[in-house]
Amino acid sequence: MTDLLSPDVERLLLDATTSRSRRVKNRLASIWMIGALLVALVPLTLVIGYVLFKGIGQLSLAWFTEDLPTITRKAGGGMGPAIVGTLLITFVAALMAIPLGILGAIYLHEYGGKGRTARLIRFMADVMTGVPSIVMGLFIYTVWTLTFGLNGFGGSLALGCLMLPIIIRTTEEMLRLVPDELRQASYALGNRKWRTIVTVVLPAAFGGITSGVMIAIARAAGETAPLVFTIGAARNLNMNIFQGPMTALSVQIFGNAQTPFEAAQARAWGAALTLVGIVFAMTILARVVSSRVARRHSA
Amino acid sequence: MTLLLQDDGVAPHGGGDASSLLEPTSGRRGDSAFKAVALIAGLAVLAILGLIAYSTTKEAWPAFKQEGLGFITSTTWIPAENKFGALAFIYGTVLSSLIALVLAVPVSLGIALYANEAAPRRLRKPVVYVMDLLAAIPSVVYGLWGIIVLAPAIQPVYKAISGAVGDIPVLGWFFNGESGRSYMTAGIILAIMITPIITSLSREVIATVPPAQREAAYGMGATRWEMIRAAVLPWSRGGIVGSVMLGLGRAMGETIAVALVIGSQAKITTHLFDAGDSMAAVIVNQFGEASGTHRAALIGLGVVLFGVTIIVNVSARSIVSRFDRRSQGA
Repeated sequence: MTDLLSPDVERLLLDATTSRSRRVKNRLASIWMIGALLVALVPLTLVIGYVLFKGIGQLSLAWFTEDLPTITRKAGGGMGPAIVGTLLITFVAALMAIPLGILGAIYLHEYGGKGRTARLIRFMADVMTGVPSIVMGLFIYTVWTLTFGLNGFGGSLALGCLMLPIIIRTTEEMLRLVPDELRQASYALGNRKWRTIVTVVLPAAFGGITSGVMIAIARAAGETAPLVFTIGAARNLNMNIFQGPMTALSVQIFGNAQTPFEAAQARAWGAALTLVGIVFAMTILARVVSSRVARRHSA
Repeated sequence: MTLLLQDDGVAPHGGGDASSLLEPTSGRRGDSAFKAVALIAGLAVLAILGLIAYSTTKEAWPAFKQEGLGFITSTTWIPAENKFGALAFIYGTVLSSLIALVLAVPVSLGIALYANEAAPRRLRKPVVYVMDLLAAIPSVVYGLWGIIVLAPAIQPVYKAISGAVGDIPVLGWFFNGESGRSYMTAGIILAIMITPIITSLSREVIATVPPAQREAAYGMGATRWEMIRAAVLPWSRGGIVGSVMLGLGRAMGETIAVALVIGSQAKITTHLFDAGDSMAAVIVNQFGEASGTHRAALIGLGVVLFGVTIIVNVSARSIVSRFDRRSQGA
């Protein structure tokens, strides 16, 4: 109705046909709905505003290239190791989670269908998205860090476990959108099922899968709790994720936020701006990819 | 094509595996190998969940054995005296999450209804977009903002409120205390973080309400609000409850933001403006210097947290999936 009539006509109709108390209730409900949106905008604006204004002063060439300062409460130094750490740990996590997640989704949609195994896996993947990230960190601590010590790969394992269920579920949704006619056409050409999936189904769903994967990566890149137990605390650049402690932007924000020192807090804001920049870039890219795909589908 | 199909029961797709009829033997292996690899990838989810439960429980066992049921019923948590009772932290987790729900649910529902029912069409996408951005901000950034900006700014407000109503019965039980880092601050930060989750899930649910129901309500002369109450809410009630529970699960497991703003004091109190502590916050704050039974006890907190969030998520998912089936059947 709201879309069929212009707001003015709608109001006229409403005034003419409804009693005062019904109109008042309707008006109150509208105020609630718009008010809710405005209330949600307040923290968003404040948080982004603070991160931007307090963080921007930190950014410089040294910020991206230099090691962390040895004395936390003094200014100087950079965030290089943390930026590299975040990117490297997340990248390796994605390397593990993406193939596993896409294969899992292929099982769920192309093979399992509505069978009992597939239903169980699907349900458990949903449940797994709800496992707190700190529990994932403790889990990796018990199975990896206790044996192999603090290193970046432990963090990658934890982040990979967090990404996996998200990738499975979004990929399955995208496979569902691939029309069956494509599969049948491929079979008709004599392709086997696995070839059909690899050469026809996956390319058709590529855009959607990419977008889902990037959302999962963006989520993982901002995680802190799973890294605190697994990657240790390095001040210097460490490119070897299998050997020795590393650090990450999120861990640096957490550590510096707790100190009373102004220079450390400023570094926390700078790290926050850098991290939000990375995460937003991925989220927006995912949006662009998925809307381009949607346009192609609707065309 | 379906006539040609045989054996393995339901083919997930109408197409089926017709090519196998052309060459009955060769190339079969490739297909079954691919299927096996895919199945193994799928089973990884079950394996990981099982392994989480097993290996964390194993590491936590010394603490569970020492404390017995006292681990979740005692309030004495003194690592130096080797005493580990987590009740105060469980209480803190529940209280901060409940505050978050009370604040977030009306806002989330309002936005979801606005985006689906009331907003002008050109505004709907931007609303969704804004919620996506809100969801994309890492929790540690909310924590940073909470500890440096929100906590000091809101402390005078707490002080004023508890000064005004602190002596009044009932109100004074809750709106009391004057700590900037407190249950209430943690609840506010959590509410900001779960609002986009509850909003987007319940928006999906509301979108499944059949247009015919809406039109019927309008056709009988309902105002928009009456239409929402008569057609939208009854239809989507189950799914909304499910999405609220998923938000609850997220709030209970949230660690870093809460650790920064809850104040880190093991204390059971109804005073919302007092400092407290939560399970996840204790784990992350104490893990660095913990060893032996203390570390086992912290991992034990993780086990409890895992158990609780699994229960919340399983019930939420069953509600949502029951709802899904109904809306697909309709």
